[in-house]
Amino acid sequence: MSTSVTEETTQVTDSAVSTRLSSLDTLESEAIHIIREVVAEFEKPALLFSGGKDSVVMLHLATKAFWPGKVPFPVLHVDTGHNFPEVIDFRDRTVERLGLKLVVGSVQEFIDRGELAERADGTRNPLQTVPLLDAIQQNRFDAVFGGGRRDEDKARAKERILSLRDEFGQWDPRNQRPELWNLYNGRHTVGQHVRAFPISNWTELDIWRYIERENIELPSLYYAHEREVFARDGMWRAVGEVSRPREGEQVITKTVRYRTVGDMSCTGAVESNAFTVSDVVVEVAASTLTERGATRADDRISEAAMEDRKKDGYF
Amino acid sequence: MSTDTLAAELETALPTTLFRFATAGSVDDGKSTLVGRLLHDSKAILADQLDAVARTSADRGFGGDKGGIDLALLTDGLRAEREQGITIDVAYRYFATDRRSFILADCPGHVQYTKNTVTGASTADAVVVLIDARKGVLEQTRRHLSVLQLLRVAHVIVAVNKIDLVDFSESVFRDIEADVQQVGRELGLGSDGISDLLVIPVSALDGDNVVERSGRTPWYTGPALLEVLETLPAADELESHLESFRFPVQLVIRPQGALAPDAVAAGLDVEAYRDYRAYAGQITEGSVKVGDQVSVLTPGQDPRTTTVVGIDFAGASLEEASAPQSVAIRLAEEFDVARGDTIAAAGTVREASADLYASLCWLSPKPLREGAKVLVKHGTRTVQALVRNVNGKLDLSTFQLEQASTLELNDIGHAQLRLAAPLPLENYLHHRRTGAFLVIDPLDGNTLAAGMVKDHPGDHEDERYSI
Repeated sequence: MSTSVTEETTQVTDSAVSTRLSSLDTLESEAIHIIREVVAEFEKPALLFSGGKDSVVMLHLATKAFWPGKVPFPVLHVDTGHNFPEVIDFRDRTVERLGLKLVVGSVQEFIDRGELAERADGTRNPLQTVPLLDAIQQNRFDAVFGGGRRDEDKARAKERILSLRDEFGQWDPRNQRPELWNLYNGRHTVGQHVRAFPISNWTELDIWRYIERENIELPSLYYAHEREVFARDGMWRAVGEVSRPREGEQVITKTVRYRTVGDMSCTGAVESNAFTVSDVVVEVAASTLTERGATRADDRISEAAMEDRKKDGYF
Repeated sequence: MSTDTLAAELETALPTTLFRFATAGSVDDGKSTLVGRLLHDSKAILADQLDAVARTSADRGFGGDKGGIDLALLTDGLRAEREQGITIDVAYRYFATDRRSFILADCPGHVQYTKNTVTGASTADAVVVLIDARKGVLEQTRRHLSVLQLLRVAHVIVAVNKIDLVDFSESVFRDIEADVQQVGRELGLGSDGISDLLVIPVSALDGDNVVERSGRTPWYTGPALLEVLETLPAADELESHLESFRFPVQLVIRPQGALAPDAVAAGLDVEAYRDYRAYAGQITEGSVKVGDQVSVLTPGQDPRTTTVVGIDFAGASLEEASAPQSVAIRLAEEFDVARGDTIAAAGTVREASADLYASLCWLSPKPLREGAKVLVKHGTRTVQALVRNVNGKLDLSTFQLEQASTLELNDIGHAQLRLAAPLPLENYLHHRRTGAFLVIDPLDGNTLAAGMVKDHPGDHEDERYSI
């Protein structure tokens, strides 16, 4: 049966649907479509899960995509060893609650074996690349979901939703496939894999509005709490096993929260009175600093710090 | 604004909707500056980003003695871009006003400009094309407009930039406007009742008519660029009345007892879901209600008609759903339905066909040759295909099809392909999703072309859309 042009144009009426989905519903729908595409087209996907808010939202979207079935892939945590204890606790509880398999790639083990060297500045975020690629190879993951967002960084702003990586996990920004309509091309050859970023188009504020709307649990340090901190590089650093004040750095107790969660030794807290998720939504909407600018010492090294790490196979 | 006021505003604000637009332009027409201006004036640039850009601008002596910040640095993020002062790849930017959240695909005009424009325009509700007021309509402008016509972008906005450098001259603007409208008429742009073509004089550097209307162009009485972007209907609003329900099946959800532990813990009735079977996907067009008659289209089989008995989404049962929602659909009969099948409103889809006539935007340095074997990805199905004929390529100065037996990088042409399995192909003119496909290289998996289905030559096709 064929529908001709004239038949279709005569259907034009004034009753054009004007009730559009909200931007959050549109973003959610797009992310779920991408998650399902990757699961359908790849042999062995995994989801990077750090317990950070973006990865928590990713996992929540995955549960919605396959409801009432289980999330059909394992989660992968690249553990810097420099953890906030409450985040590891949250990770383990979440994995248990959803009945997921957890794969851990440990930076510490690589350092212990002499395959990675501790950096002079002590931060371990850039050291995650080697254990990440090792875990991908060992487990033969051909697609790895990440919670990367394009609003985070100028290099990420140019990355595709499906990002092809070579044997070394490298990203080649000058040689990316065009991404057309909602047709995602995930074809890859032996040794290559794909990083998939279903929430590429979300902003930090979208993430928080979604967490509020969906009532998603997060590690407690995302909300204001009292903590012993000291000032370094214009940020508040937590006092912990791997994060000790140097001489002259005074420890004080402040009401703070974290906007991002990473290596404890280089992730800064912000002073905040946002005790609830709706407080945080307001705070983020009013913020004059980007989340990485406010809280990540490793992104302050140079204008292109993220690009350099990604070219080497980082998330 | 105090946080209390902001909290109150957030409380009462209506949920915003999403609007996707792209920018396209030629070399040095100030596109990055325009994007920087939109982001800056809509307050999407935060203090630390602005500080970094201000430092770099000062280091490079931007603006001479006058100083100022180079807004282009807000978007050019890669090392090579900063070093060479050019934009290499499509970059996505985000900003919001009270009315809308915007996704901006910033498409560079330098290298691979067709590839970048096609990529940005394929998902865009609107595209802003820049013209330098001192140069007027260039060959690349014609190329951009023809690509946008081909891709059926709903709104084309031509920003005549650097209007300050022609002393805000009305006559310069009117001449360019007339040229643009002429090209638009030749292409059929804005003449089909869906798309439209707008021309706005702007100065990206100074901000005239970008976010606010300018007092320096009193002869221009239309809206500023951002006002236009805030009020234009999105493509799905415009197209909703043309469409019937289309739903490419992504995968089958059939837990067979392996139910999500958190759902079970929350009280899911395990017995009731033992034989659960639903088809997951994203509605690409139209809408569907429980009780609707639908056809299941499986390549190589006759359409099978059945009834929708459920529309599920993460534990919620919906009565109705519409594009672009992702849902899971349950059908009355236990058909064998799999990924690659399409569920569509009963009786609205033409027969599946293995003969594919299409417009192709060739995006690869590897040329298309007759006799080549390629892969075609359409909806959720990928099939092998043989390139039977290249039927010509578009001459951009005349907009006529000229003889060609090959297509090269940035060429736009017509070709005929033979598919290894029939697909439910639909004319791209009326179906921006089910009429679109990718051509993929079977050897290295790279995307070779953006494809748009055309009617078979014997069928009556409106000549206006003959590109």
